[in-house]
Amino acid sequence: MSGHSQQETGFIRAALGHPAFLAGLLLTALFVAAALVSFVWTPFDPEKMQIAAKLKGPSTEHWFGTDHFGRDVFSMLMVGARVSIAVAFVAVGIGIGFGVPLGLYAAANRNSLIDEIVMRGNDLIFAFPSLLLAILITAVFGPGAINAIIAIGIFNIPVFARLSRGAALSLWTREFILAARVAGKGAARISVEHILPNLMNLLIVQGTIQFSLAVLAEAGLAYVGLGAQPPTPSWGRMLAEAQTFISLAPHMALFPGLAIVLTVLGLNLLGDGLRDLHDPRIRRSRG
Amino acid sequence: MNMSKSLAAVSALAVALGLAVMPAQAARTDISVGMVLEPPNLDPTGGAAAAIDEVVYANIFQGLTRFNSDGEVVPDLARSWDISEDGLTYTFHLQDGVTFHDGSAFDAEDVKFSLDRARGENSTNAQKALFAEIAEVEIVDPQTVKVTLSEPNGSFLFNMAWGDAVIVAPETADNNATNPVGTGPFKFGDWVKGDHVDLTKYADYWGEPAKLDKVTFKFISDPTAAFASVMAGDVDAFPNFPAPENLQQFEADPRFSVIVGSTEGETILAMNNKKPPLDNIKVRQAIGHAIDRQSIIDGAMFGYGTPIGTHFAPHNPAYVDLTEQSAYDPALAQELLKEAGVSELTLSLKLPPPSYARRGGEIIAAQLKEAGINTEITNLEWAQWLQEVFKDKNFDLTVISHTEPLDIGIYARDDYYFQYADPEFKKIMEELNDTTDPDKRTELLQAAQKKIADDAVNVYLFQLAKTGVANAKIEGLWENSPTQANDMTQIYWED
Repeated sequence: MSGHSQQETGFIRAALGHPAFLAGLLLTALFVAAALVSFVWTPFDPEKMQIAAKLKGPSTEHWFGTDHFGRDVFSMLMVGARVSIAVAFVAVGIGIGFGVPLGLYAAANRNSLIDEIVMRGNDLIFAFPSLLLAILITAVFGPGAINAIIAIGIFNIPVFARLSRGAALSLWTREFILAARVAGKGAARISVEHILPNLMNLLIVQGTIQFSLAVLAEAGLAYVGLGAQPPTPSWGRMLAEAQTFISLAPHMALFPGLAIVLTVLGLNLLGDGLRDLHDPRIRRSRG
Repeated sequence: MNMSKSLAAVSALAVALGLAVMPAQAARTDISVGMVLEPPNLDPTGGAAAAIDEVVYANIFQGLTRFNSDGEVVPDLARSWDISEDGLTYTFHLQDGVTFHDGSAFDAEDVKFSLDRARGENSTNAQKALFAEIAEVEIVDPQTVKVTLSEPNGSFLFNMAWGDAVIVAPETADNNATNPVGTGPFKFGDWVKGDHVDLTKYADYWGEPAKLDKVTFKFISDPTAAFASVMAGDVDAFPNFPAPENLQQFEADPRFSVIVGSTEGETILAMNNKKPPLDNIKVRQAIGHAIDRQSIIDGAMFGYGTPIGTHFAPHNPAYVDLTEQSAYDPALAQELLKEAGVSELTLSLKLPPPSYARRGGEIIAAQLKEAGINTEITNLEWAQWLQEVFKDKNFDLTVISHTEPLDIGIYARDDYYFQYADPEFKKIMEELNDTTDPDKRTELLQAAQKKIADDAVNVYLFQLAKTGVANAKIEGLWENSPTQANDMTQIYWED
């Protein structure tokens, strides 16, 4: 027990000495906070139109100005964060939920026919341009947040499958696994009880990175009109709608653009930082 | 040596300067015109797309009659005509010296061929109804054609002015889709798919020759790109500019003139009249009262557009202003919904790509929500919209602009997408077709307008404005769009 808490103190100390990680954590916290607060409070109703007050620049009343229908851009960004998080969270969840079991299964049955089928299937999805297939899926099943989630989720499956298979393969050769096998545990039990816990750090790091990619993919799909449908605010669609107003009301493009950039940057920094902090070699060299 | 060298330099400079100045002195004789949509083909007798007429009407192809810029029907290939007492026989006297662009002569034979082809059984004409009353086309002599109708039709000359009724030559008719051959002042030059169509001046044109030597129609669907290309001077005129929000900026710029006029586009919130609960007139009326037309015009069109209360163009002399009948009144809307016994109403709202529909639809959704009606917006591409809404009628609400001139007759069509076809309205339309007396026609047209407003078939939103922008030195562009056309025949550059 005491060893565990010592490890935690060490982690916190290391984290405090890692400015990129802190910046990432801060940006991510802002993003999550905006989404959470939007459930109980936004400065204005994000769907309320006031045509007379359209295209107003930032002011004390409308912090980020208003859009072409006179809606409050700040409120829309807050609710848009919610959509981004929901889509990215479920999409990464799909990736982990399907990808990790597949990867572990393939590693447990390495070099078997099943391993081949699983990994070549992954290659197939990998080889296909991801956004193109996402557009295909939403074009066939109709635009909407749910289909965007499924489309992005499918692309996360091979990422996690490959990652967990690779890591699991090297674990399978370790002595403690051998010990578990000698003790008579089956492959499935070893995968869940011994391999999965050792993959956790890796999955958290990759999950953070994939989360940022999913936020970006959602914005991209919404930009071409295949994400959440109006009137639900969505960052990508806000950016698309701002295009023709760029000379009249640049704030309409600036703020959603900044929101996407900062969120993706924040998640990437966080992911990188987590990797550094979990890697004992890097930690030691920094210490 | 030195002297001659500098002389040479000076003269070279003078030549260079002269060359540089020359084009500015002589007025330009070419123009590039921006269009949002590319035509699927270039045969106006074989396709419904407005973009076809926007390239070829009056430029390449001509009909017996034509619309002028005010929407009046004036003589074109028919120099004049006589109408018999009973209104059944039209004798057209054709222009002399007309040739097709392939050099062949135009005569009564071509007129008979074109009309028979358009009304024939195998006709692929998108507006076959225009020719429905024609019983027989006879050649009296090479310059005279007699058309006999099965019943009087007061709009026959109007019908013959449509782009779908242009005269084509039998030898070239089948290739018009890719290589149009007509009798107009411009002949077809080149078509680079996805980019542009070129027209060049036809030297042997029978009438007043065009002032331009070359016309290029460029297809730019993205509003941002359209804005950039006008600003950069890549296109000289954009008669239907897709982003009304940018017009202010053009207006402030002395290099450009902004041309705002009217079109034949009645923009409506179409309702599926046979689908419950929209089959209940009270629900339809409630939707009408829940909508504030002016804020849609302001919010979606930046103030360009005229509110309408029925499916009729306000610039038409027969127009009746019925906007008050469905004036914005959310309280009344809720009252009507209660009377209809409808609560917790959720309707689908399917929107095609044009910005009037996408933006207007969002505003409508917000307004309906305030009146207690929820909507589910789906943005569709054109092909999807045509299939789901127009063909399959799988929708509750949609926003669309009907841009054909004087098209109130669509309300009499059986099985049309908004599914009205009321027998009483059909009777008014039948009577209208049998009437040639102008006063009586006006009366009937007004009765028709009132009937569809009383029945609250659709919500009539606004008349689409023609918002164009052009280089300030271009003269002769149409201000209004009485038909789908970009008439280039009168256009010239000011010095």
